Formats: sequence, C-alpha cells, structure tokens
Amino acid sequence: MPNEPVEKQPRRVALTSDGPILVEGPVEVVLDDGSTVRSDRFTVALCVCRRSRVYPWCDTSHRDRAKRRTT
Amino acid sequence: MSTTAPAARDHTTGPALPRSRGELSRTVRQALTRPAGTPLPQRVTAEHADPYGDDLQLALYLCYELHYRSFVGVDPGWEWEPGLLRLRAEMERSFLSALRADTGPPRNAAEALADILVEPVDGDGPSHFLKERGELWQFREYAAQRSLYHLKEADPHAWVIPRLTGRAKAAMVAVEYDEFGAGRPERIHAQLFADLMADLGLDTAYGRYVDTASAEMLTSVNLMSLFGLHRALRGALVGHFAAVETTSSPGSRRLAHGLRRVGAGPAAVHFYAEHVEADAVHEQIVRRDVVGGLLETEPFLDEDIAFGVDATEWTETRLGNHLLTAWRDARTSLRTPL
Repeated sequence: MPNEPVEKQPRRVALTSDGPILVEGPVEVVLDDGSTVRSDRFTVALCVCRRSRVYPWCDTSHRDRAKRRTT
Repeated sequence: MSTTAPAARDHTTGPALPRSRGELSRTVRQALTRPAGTPLPQRVTAEHADPYGDDLQLALYLCYELHYRSFVGVDPGWEWEPGLLRLRAEMERSFLSALRADTGPPRNAAEALADILVEPVDGDGPSHFLKERGELWQFREYAAQRSLYHLKEADPHAWVIPRLTGRAKAAMVAVEYDEFGAGRPERIHAQLFADLMADLGLDTAYGRYVDTASAEMLTSVNLMSLFGLHRALRGALVGHFAAVETTSSPGSRRLAHGLRRVGAGPAAVHFYAEHVEADAVHEQIVRRDVVGGLLETEPFLDEDIAFGVDATEWTETRLGNHLLTAWRDARTSLRTPL
C-alpha cells in the first residue's frame, strides 16, 4: 500500500510549557485585524505571551527576566 | 614525502597562513610550509603554554583549520599527519583540562540550560553595550572578530550528525538545514554574515581577520572545533549548540537595534534580525529534540551536555570582558586596528 500523501497528514502543533506554540511550516497566520503574514521556516514558533516585538512570531520575550548575565 | 596523494592543485586556494604568536604557533606554522610528514622539532611541547593564550590558541586554530578550508600552499596531507596530531592532542588536553577546571563541578543539562534561559534585567555584555552606545568602529571590530566563526557558521556542528540517531539526529539536521540556507545559497547564514561585513566596509574573505583577532576569539572558535572533531565530546558539542541557540535570539535583537541606531546598511541589520526569529525556533528544537533526544538514547551524556553549555558561557564571557575592557577605554579590541 502506498504511503499516505503528505498533505493528507495532520499538521503537527507542539505546545511548550512556558514558551511559543511550535507549528510545522510554512504557515500563513491571519491576524486580529484580518491581515495575513507568512513564514516558510521548517518550524514556526508562534508567540502566545503577546510580549514579542515581532508578533506573531516568538522572539524569546516570554523568558523570565531576573538574574544577571554577561553576554 | 606526502602521507596521502592529494590532487596536484588541491592546495592552491585558501587564506594565507597567519603570523605566529610564539613558539608553538611558529612550529606549527613552519611545519605547514613544508611537505606533510616533515618531522616536527622534538623539543616542542604544549606543557608550559597558557591554555587560553595567543600562542597555544593560534597553534590549535592552525591545526583545526586543516579540517575546514586549510591555507594556501599547505600540503593537504598535514590534516592526518601523526606528528602534528600528537602535538595537537597535547594542546587539546591542556585546553580541555583548563576548561573543566574553570567550569566548576559537574551538573546536569537541565540545570545548565535553566541558567541561560533567564534574561537579566541589568545585563552588561557586549550586545548590551553595542545596543546602547556602540559606535560604528566598535560594530566593525565586533564583526571582524566574530567573522572567524560566522564565516563558517554551523560548520563545526555538522560533525556531530553521524554520531546522533533518531529524534536528536532529525532535529539537528533540520536546524543545520536552516543554518545552511534551506537549499538557497544566498540564505546560508555564513553568506548573510558576509553581506553584513560588506555593509560595514569589511573584507569578506574567509580567514582575512585571523591575524588581528584576539586570543579570546580564537578560544571561542577552537572550542567548537574541539567539540566537533571528537566523538567523545558529542555531548559537549550538543551542549554548545544549545547554548548558542538559546542566547542568540535576545542578543541578536540588541545588536540589530544598535546597528539601526548607528545607521548601518540593511544587510547588516538583516543578519541579526533574521537570528532573532530563527534562533527563537532553533532554541526550542535544540532543547526539546536534540538535547532531549540525545538524553533518551545516551543518558550518561547528561554532564557532558552541561559541560558544553558551561564551557561556552565561560569562553563567551571571557571574550565579552575582553571587548568591553578595550572599548570602555576607547581602545581597539583587535591586535591591530582596522
């Protein structure tokens, strides 16, 4: 029996405990105002904390801010 | 005598051999100007050299570069020449034991990664400095130093692929595919960095700034080659990759901000803007699937992964301190100014 065509397989979406939602790319995201944005990355990280400065993509702004680092 | 029979014109390209910085690097450099197999002076030893110093780090860099793009005029047979490999191993032992001593007691990967997943409210590394008050000449120095790695970005990490299996391998290759342009040569991250350099008026030739790069930068790039070339250090290589991908996104945002502020060109800004988004994804995949997958199949590598993370932080902090010490005094961070 031949393999199921790729397009028939469900799109995999992964939730992370404290960060973005990971979606297999490419994706087209419809924003609240009706406009659309695209990303053709192999995996796309969607911001859910709403703090990203490149929303709807994750820019790691969800991270805890506290301890001192030097890089 | 040559240990292999390479194509006759195999060594007519590549960067020029850098200038030596002491006895070890002079010995290696001199050897590389001769046919492979020419005996090295017996008395040469890495025993007394500073493991992080200019001399040992440059000598190590010369040895490692034979596995990447080598140098013009160098017999390719040197890459696997036993006498040179013996000296390299001596330098590696010294480097590795210094790193183990400086990274503190063993711990697990989750602890090491948790430390770098927290963003400081009062961070003061080079990306903070460059964002707030970096001047164009400091961005140019930063790019010249970093070019030792970014012009071969993700290359040292490709060596780990045959040593991984299953989930870790699939995820590692997916991230590397992205690093290498996802099938588009103009999107290879090393090419994006060359475009940044061109925007800053720098020479984009591979190896062009080795002579002027500081020991701290050589240490940073040698660390990746050390981890990449040894299967025994595959855990550390994965830890290194995880550390780079985790710290890259917020640092890149600051650098993109600083470059816009000083009016740098679009390619310069694009390199770091691209890394903000790309590495926010890579970080998730590397932590979940590369580190997670490796721990599933080889749980005994947990401390090695942590060592890779901690050694990366240690060498990057040293480099950052070197840059900032120079810049705060309005001095060059390079051996010779641009």
